[in-house]
Amino acid sequence: MIALLLRDLKLAFRAGSGFGLGLAFFLIVTVLVPFSVGPQSSLLSTIAPGVLWLGALLACLLSLDRLLALDWEDGSLDLLATAPLPLESVVTIKALAHWLTTGLPLVLAAPFLGVLLNLPVPGFSWLVISLLLGTPAMSVIGTFGAALTVGLKRGGLLLSLLVLPLYVPTLIFGAEVARRGATGMETQTPLLMLAGITAATVALLPFASAAVLRINLR
Amino acid sequence: MTIAAKANALWEYANPRKFLATSERVLPFFWIGAGLCLVVGLIWGFFFTPDDYKQGSTVKIIYLHVPAALMAINCWIMMLATSLVWLVRRHHVSALAARAAAPIGIVMTLIALATGAIWGQPMWGTWWAWDPRLTSFLILFLFYLGYVALWEAIEDPDTAADLTSVLCLVGSVFAFLSRYAVNFWNQGLHQGASVMRAGAITGTDTEEKVSNIYFYPLLLCIIGFVLLFIALVFYRTGTEIRARRTKALMARERVNG
Amino acid sequence: MTLKVTDLAIARGGVPVLEGLSFSLEAGNALILRGPNGIGKTTLLRTLAGLQPPLVGQIEGAEDQIAYASHSDGLKPTLTVVENLNFWASVFGTRDIQHALDAFALNELADRHAGNLSAGQKRRLGLARMLVTGRPIWMLDEPTVSLDRHAVEMFADAVRAHLGQGGSALIATHIDLGLDGEVLDVGPNKAKPKPFDDFDGGFL
Repeated sequence: MIALLLRDLKLAFRAGSGFGLGLAFFLIVTVLVPFSVGPQSSLLSTIAPGVLWLGALLACLLSLDRLLALDWEDGSLDLLATAPLPLESVVTIKALAHWLTTGLPLVLAAPFLGVLLNLPVPGFSWLVISLLLGTPAMSVIGTFGAALTVGLKRGGLLLSLLVLPLYVPTLIFGAEVARRGATGMETQTPLLMLAGITAATVALLPFASAAVLRINLR
Repeated sequence: MTIAAKANALWEYANPRKFLATSERVLPFFWIGAGLCLVVGLIWGFFFTPDDYKQGSTVKIIYLHVPAALMAINCWIMMLATSLVWLVRRHHVSALAARAAAPIGIVMTLIALATGAIWGQPMWGTWWAWDPRLTSFLILFLFYLGYVALWEAIEDPDTAADLTSVLCLVGSVFAFLSRYAVNFWNQGLHQGASVMRAGAITGTDTEEKVSNIYFYPLLLCIIGFVLLFIALVFYRTGTEIRARRTKALMARERVNG
Repeated sequence: MTLKVTDLAIARGGVPVLEGLSFSLEAGNALILRGPNGIGKTTLLRTLAGLQPPLVGQIEGAEDQIAYASHSDGLKPTLTVVENLNFWASVFGTRDIQHALDAFALNELADRHAGNLSAGQKRRLGLARMLVTGRPIWMLDEPTVSLDRHAVEMFADAVRAHLGQGGSALIATHIDLGLDGEVLDVGPNKAKPKPFDDFDGGFL
C-alpha cells in the first residue's frame, strides 16, 4: 500500500502532472475574480470565503480525469486488480495521493490568495480549517467519479457533470464555515456537518469506487 | 396463492417478452385513465374553482406544479428501486425501466421548475429565488442530467446498467444530504408541503392549507400524472427492450458472421 | 499447484464467445493457447485472472496464484526500470528484483526511464515483472510482440526456468517458442448461436 502511495507521489512530482497545475489554476481564478466583480475591497472581502472555496473545488476537479485514466491506459489497473492488494485499498490510496498532491497544496495556498481578496482577519484560520476538512471528501468523491468514467473516451467532461452535484453538501457546509468564521459568527454546526460528511464519504465511498472499478475492468 | 408464490409471479415480469406482452395489454387503460383524469381535473381546476382571495387566478398553476413536482421526486425513487433490483437480481427489464424513466423525470423536474417560476413571479415578485425547495429541485435536475449522460456515454449495456445503478444509489444519498444542506443554508420563501397535510383534507382552516375546493381537482390531476408517468415508463421501457434486443441480435450476427 | 477449468463459458461485451471449455494445467507444465483472432483468447485469460466473471463453469486453483501480463505492460514512463520493477515487487510482497533484471538482460538499462526504452525493451521489462510477482501460474497474452529473436529466446528460457521451479504457464501466442508444452486450441469451443426462440432467457 505504501509502495503504491509512494509511486503515485513520485509520479506526480516527476511529471508535474497536475501537481502545479491545480495550484496555478486556483491562483488564476482568484486573480480573475476582482476583474469580473470590481476592485471594491468591501465587496471582495464579503465574497472572499465563497470564491476561495469555489476556486479550490474547481482546482480539485481539474486533475481528477487523470487520477485513474493513466493507470487504465497503460494497463497498470488490470495488474493492480490481480495483485494481492484489494481494490478498495487501491482507490483509497489513489484518493490519498490526489489529496496530498492537489488538496493539501490548495489548503496551504488559500490564505495567501485570501490576502488578494481582502479576506477579513478572523476568516483565515476558518478558511484553512474548513478546506482542510473538506478537501479529503472532494478527493474521495472525485475518485468515485474517476472510477465511473475511467473507460470512457470523453470522460473528462462527463466526470465534471457527475462529480459536481456530489460536491454540493461539502461546498455548502465548507463555505458556510469559512463565511461565518470571516464574519465572526459561530461555526460549530456547519463545521460538525462538514466533518461528518467527510468522515462518512472517506469511510464508505471507497467501497462504491472499488465496485465501480471492478465493473469497468471486466 | 401463498405470498411466496405471488412474489415469484411478480418476478415473471422481469422476462422481457412477458413484460412486453403484458405492458402492451394494459397500456391503453393507463393512457385512457391518464387522459380522463387530466382532462377532467384540469378543466375542473382551471374553470370551476374560485380564484384565491390572496393569490387570484395564479393559484391555478398548482394543478400542474404540484403533480409534476411529486412525480419528479417519485421518478427518482422509482429509479432507485429498479436500480437496486437490477444490482441484486440482475433483471434486465428493471435496469431498462430505470433508463426509460430518467428523461421523464427530467421533464417533470423542468415542468415543476418552470411552473414554479411562472407562479413565483406574481407572488414573490421574482422568477427565481435561492429558496431551499427550488434549489433542491435544481440539484435534482443536475443529478438527472449526470445519470442520463452516463447511460449515453457507455457502450456496453450491462456495464452501463451497473454503473448507472451505483451512481443512482450514491446519488440518492448525496441528493438527500443536499436537501438538508440546502435547508440549513437558506430558509426560504416557499410554503411548506401543504397538500397532503391533515388540515387540507379535514378542512381545518390554517393559513397555508390547500382547501377542499382546490384539493379534489388537484387530487385528480395527481392521479392523472401518476397514470401518465406509469404509461410513459411502460411505453419507453418497451422501446428500450426492443432497442436492446436489436442490438443483441446484431451483435450475434457479427459474432456468427 | 493445479489450475482446473471445468465447462467454462465466457462472454465479451455480453456476447458469448467460448463455451464448454475444460482443461487443467499441472505444475511444471506449459499450455499454448491457440485459435483465430477474435475467438476470445484475451477474454479467457482475463477471466482466469479474475478480472471478469465467467458465464458458467468452474475455475479452481486460480485465486491469488496468477500473474497476468496483458498487451500493455503497466509501465510508468517517468520511473526508471528498477523503480518500475521495485514497485511491482512490493505490491506483490516480494523483494528481490535482481533475478528478473538478469533473466531479461535489463542490468545495463537499470537506471533508464521506462519512457526512453524501445518497444522491445519495454516488453522485456513488462515480462520481467512476471518474475517479481512470485506467483506460480503465468498468464501471458501475446508475450512476444515486438521482441527480436534473441529476446524471444530469453523469454523462452525464463519460462523454462519458471516451469523447472514448479511453476506453470498459459501462453496465448502464434509463434513457436520451442517450449514442449501442450497446445490448447480453443477454435472448437467457439460459442454456438442460440436458437432464436431462446429470447426468453434474456435478450438472446
